[in-house]
Amino acid sequence: MEGMSTIVKKVTQLMAGIIFMYGIYIILHGHLTPGGGFAGGAIVAGAFILLILAFGSSALNLKKEVSGTSNVESVAILIVLLLALMALLFGIKVFFFNYLPKGEPGELVSAGVIPLYNIFIGIEVAAAILTIFLALVIFKEESSK
Amino acid sequence: MELTISIILGFMIIGAIYALHAKDLLSAVVAMGIVGYGLVICFLLLKAPDLAIVQIVVETITLVIMVAVVLDSTRDEIAVTFDRRSIINMVTGLIVFAALFYFFILAIGNLDPLGSHTLRMSESYVNGAVEKTGSVNLVTGVLFDFRAYDTLGEAVILYTAALGVLTLLRMKGKK
Repeated sequence: MEGMSTIVKKVTQLMAGIIFMYGIYIILHGHLTPGGGFAGGAIVAGAFILLILAFGSSALNLKKEVSGTSNVESVAILIVLLLALMALLFGIKVFFFNYLPKGEPGELVSAGVIPLYNIFIGIEVAAAILTIFLALVIFKEESSK
Repeated sequence: MELTISIILGFMIIGAIYALHAKDLLSAVVAMGIVGYGLVICFLLLKAPDLAIVQIVVETITLVIMVAVVLDSTRDEIAVTFDRRSIINMVTGLIVFAALFYFFILAIGNLDPLGSHTLRMSESYVNGAVEKTGSVNLVTGVLFDFRAYDTLGEAVILYTAALGVLTLLRMKGKK
């Protein structure tokens, strides 16, 4: 898949970082403002998809990227499961129990494990959407060769 | 507000019907975009910004992927032939539609007004969520504390979907 015109490439260079940072913001502030792991992960994946569409998969050397994103996705969902399992060791020993101190509601570092769940669910969603997109784009090229 | 939502829903129905009958597949994909973005405006009017963010991002990504697929493969729809069998199908469809519509009319009289809840559980979710979870955003509190199993299920569904796409699209087997 080849890239697009110079205008699209330049605008993408300016915008992709901002979109990526907005996704990170949505994930980190998931327990304070609307949004969370799913929305932020989709936005982060959108930033990468924008880059890939604008610059083309050949310019970014994306041949082995598929297994990379799929590994990231597997590790992220494994960490979510481990975080939930660790609740069996602390407190009232219930799966998915919120075992960390809650802090003051409204602060960035508060709500116990919920921000951690948000972060890893966000990584998982971003990697999953990116994996599906790359599979649709790259495997077609490899099979047509 | 119900009038606004009704107008948007009407546009969404028109877009969906047009997407079924468009000759050009690219315009069908764009007409499906009307459905998705209309849903975003409906979510915003019904005061659900969490859902609106997810819907607008997922809709955009889906449109991009669908447009890429249409541009890569073909833009023409398969020609439909009209024979006796399709008449039987249409009559069956109309009968099922009439039956479903009748029961829908019957059921809608027993519904509560929009926005009111009847379950005892939702009362305790809404009232004591901040003290129980520490999360100011009630939706995240429900998603990751009260209903964390649901969230785990959704994440596993996405994981399985990515695995399925990788498996189905792998043309060359691993050596």
